[in-house]
Amino acid sequence: MPAIAAAIAVEGLFKTYRNNNIKAVAGVSLSVEQGEIFGLLGPNGAGKSTTVRILATLTRPDSGTVQVAGCNALEAPHDVRRRIGYVAQASGVDKWATGRENLTLQAQLERVPASRIAGRVDEILKWLDLEKAADRVVKTYSGGMKRRLDLGIGLVHEPQVLFLDEPTTGLDPETRAALWRGLRRLKEERKLTVLLTTHYLEEADQLCDRLAIIDQGQVVVTGTPAELKGKIQGDTAVLELSGDAQRGEELLKGLEGVIEVRRHENTLIVRTAKGAQALPVFITALEGGGLPVRSATLSRPSLDDVYLHYTGHRFDAAEKPA
Amino acid sequence: MNVFLADTLHLLLRHIRTTIRIPIWIAVTLIQPVIWLTLYGQLFRRVVEIPGFAAGSYIQFLTPGIVIMTALFGSAWSGMGIIEDLTDGVMDRLLATPVNRGALITARVLHAGLTVLVQSLLILGFGFLLGARISGGVPGFFVILILASLLGCGFSALSNGLALVTRREETLIAIINFFGLPLTFLSTAFMAANLMPGWIRSFARGNPVNWAVDAARGAMLGQDWDGVLWRMLFLLAFALVSIALATQAFRAYRRSA
Repeated sequence: MPAIAAAIAVEGLFKTYRNNNIKAVAGVSLSVEQGEIFGLLGPNGAGKSTTVRILATLTRPDSGTVQVAGCNALEAPHDVRRRIGYVAQASGVDKWATGRENLTLQAQLERVPASRIAGRVDEILKWLDLEKAADRVVKTYSGGMKRRLDLGIGLVHEPQVLFLDEPTTGLDPETRAALWRGLRRLKEERKLTVLLTTHYLEEADQLCDRLAIIDQGQVVVTGTPAELKGKIQGDTAVLELSGDAQRGEELLKGLEGVIEVRRHENTLIVRTAKGAQALPVFITALEGGGLPVRSATLSRPSLDDVYLHYTGHRFDAAEKPA
Repeated sequence: MNVFLADTLHLLLRHIRTTIRIPIWIAVTLIQPVIWLTLYGQLFRRVVEIPGFAAGSYIQFLTPGIVIMTALFGSAWSGMGIIEDLTDGVMDRLLATPVNRGALITARVLHAGLTVLVQSLLILGFGFLLGARISGGVPGFFVILILASLLGCGFSALSNGLALVTRREETLIAIINFFGLPLTFLSTAFMAANLMPGWIRSFARGNPVNWAVDAARGAMLGQDWDGVLWRMLFLLAFALVSIALATQAFRAYRRSA
């Protein structure tokens, strides 16, 4: 065993659900350092939720080892539960209780000493900006307020590791950004380890220190967002045409440095080496062929490109059948 | 404080709060017995003139039956709450904490028992207004409350167990509707035992609802205290077995999750 224990260490996890015989997790291995925000990125049905449920001791794997916050989650689940916070995809707040009551019950069940509960609950309510709504029944809360309260429920006992299953699904951009800020602050101030699942590329890119792309129950690749993007060759040029995009595609395909051309309505998405030099060449070629370019942008590879590269299918395409 | 007791108390308070916040639920569960008492009390008023009825008035005969019937129906729906917790993600949230697993079921069962206690008090009060006197006096009064609560605990445990096995509201509703009324009518809730057909009487002997009705009526009329005590013990055993079954169902649920 290594001297410094990782906050989360998972080795060879397998899980098949008996009732439908679906292999939800097929050999996941991960290691998350203390104080890291780690993302599991993948489409619905990729096995993210099942992995998190196993880590949070809600589901037992068929095989594999799970170490969370220094405890063995399979042999001593009770010890793990005291050290983790878990926020499920399906909210989990009691809608007939007030925000304060929800937090208080959670603190009691999480074994926060009785003398510290009221203070801790006030602190959380303030931090989540829910003070005014604290004594209202949760049924009257907006989606964003409910999600903030969920986060508070996961944090009320000051856990070492926090699991968040799709924390920002269904939130408006503003609330989402606020949640990201809050998580980063917790990580800095308290060295909190966060493992979250997401199917938002943007979230994985901007919030996570490291991430694992997960597809069909397996981790396809792990790294920092920058590392992952760095592995993808070339830049992406997006050219909006006013004419026949199919002919444009043919014009660009043969050019030097072009790796791949995709077409979406009258827009061409071109992956190319040395994008800055290539872009003027593309525009000249298109205009020379009688196809005026309405707009052109150039970007570094996105996680979407990373995802495509490692799984062989586009992220959006994988989303749909689920 | 013992962890199990502390967790049970905290969860019990949560359930009580929920019940108080949905007053319509309390109203609905009480309107029915009030209708039964007034309607049946009037409709069958002269039934007591048939030889074989021990009670002085049909309303005195009927009130303990209605108390027990309400206890049965009130507690049988208890499993709906746990299904709501399953679908809302509340159960997962609770299971990810160190909460004592037994407390999760015990709190629900105790909550059902308490609800039944309050309902029984109100029904006895209403029955009193209609002329149902408790000849068994103060002991009779308390014994009726205990009997109703024990039956409530037992059926709420069964309901929670079924809820954890079926995990669907529709299935639970179907099962309760299928068994609820027969269990009531295959008892002496509405009709004296010696006026029932033989086969119903033998069925009633094994029916926990009937144990409760018979014992509650004994306590109401202040008769056959030995029989009351025995039946109370049977009901206690019934409640304990039901809780054990529900605990097993909960264990199976957690394994299959």
